[in-house]
Amino acid sequence: MSAPIDLPKWVDTALVPAVSVVAAFLVAGLVVVGIGENPLTATRLLIQGSLGTGEGLGFTLFYTTNFIFTGLAVAVAYHAGLFNIGAEGQATLAGLGAALVLLNLGFLPGFLLIPLGILGAAAFGALWAAIPGYLQAKRGSHIVITTIMFNWLASVLIVYLLVNVLREPTNMNPETPAFPVQSQIPFMHDVFAAFGIEIAPSQLNLTFVLALAAAYGIWLLIYRSRLGYAIRTIGFNPLAAVYAGISPARVTVIAMILSGALAGGLAVNELMGYQHRLLLEFTSGYGFVGIAVALMGRAHPLGIILASLLFGILYQGGAELAFEQPAITRDMVVVIGGIIILFAGALEGLFRRVVARMLTPALKQVRA
Amino acid sequence: MPSAIELHAINKRFGEVHANKDVNLTVERGTIHGIVGENGAGKSTLMSILYGFYEADSGEIRVNGKSVSIRSPNDAIFAGIGMVHQHFMLVEPLTVVENVMLGAEGGTMLRGGEAKVRAELARLAHDYGLEIDPDAIVGELSVGLQQRVEILKALYRGADILILDEPTAVLTPAEADALFKLLRALRAQGKTVVLITHKLREIMAVTDRVSVMRRGEMVATVETKDTSPPELAELMVGRHVLLHVEKSEREPGAPLLEVDNLSVIDNRGVLRVANVSLTVRAGEIVGIAGVAGNGQSELLETLAGMRQPVLGTIKFEGREIGFAEHNPHGMRKLGLLHVPEDRLRMGLVSAFPAFESAALGFTDDPRLGPGPLLDHDRMIADLSSKMEAYDVRPRAPRLKSSKFSGGNQQKIVLAREIERNPKVLLVGQPTRGVDIGAIEFIHRRLIALRDAGVGILLVSVELDEIMNLSDRILTMCGGQITGERKASETDEQDLGLLMAGVTEQAA
Repeated sequence: MSAPIDLPKWVDTALVPAVSVVAAFLVAGLVVVGIGENPLTATRLLIQGSLGTGEGLGFTLFYTTNFIFTGLAVAVAYHAGLFNIGAEGQATLAGLGAALVLLNLGFLPGFLLIPLGILGAAAFGALWAAIPGYLQAKRGSHIVITTIMFNWLASVLIVYLLVNVLREPTNMNPETPAFPVQSQIPFMHDVFAAFGIEIAPSQLNLTFVLALAAAYGIWLLIYRSRLGYAIRTIGFNPLAAVYAGISPARVTVIAMILSGALAGGLAVNELMGYQHRLLLEFTSGYGFVGIAVALMGRAHPLGIILASLLFGILYQGGAELAFEQPAITRDMVVVIGGIIILFAGALEGLFRRVVARMLTPALKQVRA
Repeated sequence: MPSAIELHAINKRFGEVHANKDVNLTVERGTIHGIVGENGAGKSTLMSILYGFYEADSGEIRVNGKSVSIRSPNDAIFAGIGMVHQHFMLVEPLTVVENVMLGAEGGTMLRGGEAKVRAELARLAHDYGLEIDPDAIVGELSVGLQQRVEILKALYRGADILILDEPTAVLTPAEADALFKLLRALRAQGKTVVLITHKLREIMAVTDRVSVMRRGEMVATVETKDTSPPELAELMVGRHVLLHVEKSEREPGAPLLEVDNLSVIDNRGVLRVANVSLTVRAGEIVGIAGVAGNGQSELLETLAGMRQPVLGTIKFEGREIGFAEHNPHGMRKLGLLHVPEDRLRMGLVSAFPAFESAALGFTDDPRLGPGPLLDHDRMIADLSSKMEAYDVRPRAPRLKSSKFSGGNQQKIVLAREIERNPKVLLVGQPTRGVDIGAIEFIHRRLIALRDAGVGILLVSVELDEIMNLSDRILTMCGGQITGERKASETDEQDLGLLMAGVTEQAA
């Protein structure tokens, strides 16, 4: 019988994740050594490539944006005690929603069309999450299973639509025509240029600001609103929720709707901010990594932003690394990412215990 | 002859809490030794040290005169110490034999161990009158018999010293008597029993000596025959306590809650409440006495709007409650508030800071924040004043709900409900796991509420509590009301029979 370990908040929120990440990098370093490369050089390339240049930083933050949205999506559901594995599929559908709005309402000016496109993305993402949410709430179908199934449904549906319905007949690629020019979310380098500041061009666009705003909004919602209170009550103690008169079914569906809408942010960033068309597989696994981001960020928006940044660095720096050191392939970078997920997500309890054991004498002294 | 257990200067700290301060305890062989103390007085910690769940920071344990080091329950078992926990550690789908054998199978193949267990069970049944069907499924046994399996497990492992932690919390009075008989039989055979309880009546009834703990210290060890419940209570709390809160006779007012022919089926389709009719009037406390699990919980939950009945009507202030209103929100709005039986599973969200738990069920209140938002400062201010009025310790509204002691958690829940001015208050197990000092406070509050004209429906498995507080007492057994008594015209034996299902006609 092991008593639950109580640690000060800063240890839980900062020290333990930091120890996990450091341990992950050490192990990843061993892997690099194993294939005969210098881990210090690799680390330098990784940091250099992701943060060392304006362009690199831009790409890092672009990826960060994707992770913030999918991380928040997973986190909101997680607060309600739901494990939403379906951000990938929800983002796919969100892409469809955005495309339908933008391609059909191209006559509208940008200041109307962009918000409508974002709403379209959010609405379709929400719908795709609401169905598993409803099935969980009313029929007891396990949300993990249904959201996984909905990922497959989404990917098959989008292939069908792109190949048979949305593709221009003259285009051999399964993609929609380009979105109207006024619907493109401005690139950050263009925004800065408008103020006379020159920064390196990259894919980074204003969606990044939207992601930060969403993180703040979700913080407010989860920790400061009546709805967030209901969501957390359901997540922590469904029986107390029933006692309080909170309907678990209703709140479950609402939490999934919010979750799916947030996953839609991935489509906004990738499609409206960068690709400017709907194409296959634009979600490329961000939805799944969002699970790791949410876990690592303790489902707290601030933690999610930091975890997203870490994964953004890993994605961008990893790409640079693979480019500079051919011995380290892209797959190797995926391995390193996997190690981080393993240590920060799955093995976190391990380090928590180790940290607790090392800190206990010190904490005792502080109290005495 | 050396003593069965000698503890010398045991110290144990948990962070800031000094749970055991230089505790000395001597338990003579062949006696029943009671240990009493409020929650958090350190009795459980002490017994956990003796049973190897915790290691003492310092101190010495001697068993039968020999100094021993107990680092795990296995060491304790090896030293001849067995423990029966308050919450049974049984595997319900397995049989009695399989449960007894668990952890002592004696090899890869079960057959040998099983034969040994059967033989041993037969011997124990013969020696101590511990009769039990070895092939019964444990989950299908009554709570009293499940406890017997726990005791058999300990004896099978060769326990000479048996520690029982609050063993009667889940028993009917009759089952408790049977347990005491068994404990006396064990004593007669030379076994040593350590009995942890907060029920002073039991201490008086069955123990030879009793040790009192307060705030981590052993404050007294006395011969049971030389002491009395008031003296023990005073030792436990450190000041004079009223075990019986005085209340005046009062003529009840108009009926507030009228329940007619109510039947409830639980989630598994079992009939839990059968044709129950009752009335709660203004300014009276109606107590429902019954052994846990006889439908009281479902009755309370149904009245609070958490469950829908399959049959019957509920009237509030003379008006029938419709389906649309019969939910926790609707009932709260009418003025029917609910202190749930299990504060940790229902009354609080243990992971929430206290001020959030103190808003559970009332987050609709516009005073708690503008629009869709909740204003934490206001919620904290709200709880702070309640903490003052109810003497909740520590006065820390931001502290996690789970960090408060049971009594203080209960005060938070009571404050939340009572300060909303209920017309009818449903109260389930108001003092379960609550210190004696806090019990007095809670009882006073409930009586003050009744004197102010609130109708109270009280469900408790503590007969003393029911008899102390209620004006009228209903007994429940198997989901049915088996009897009704005026509190002034009944006693424990009478209620015990009714609780056991002996209906008025039969009795």
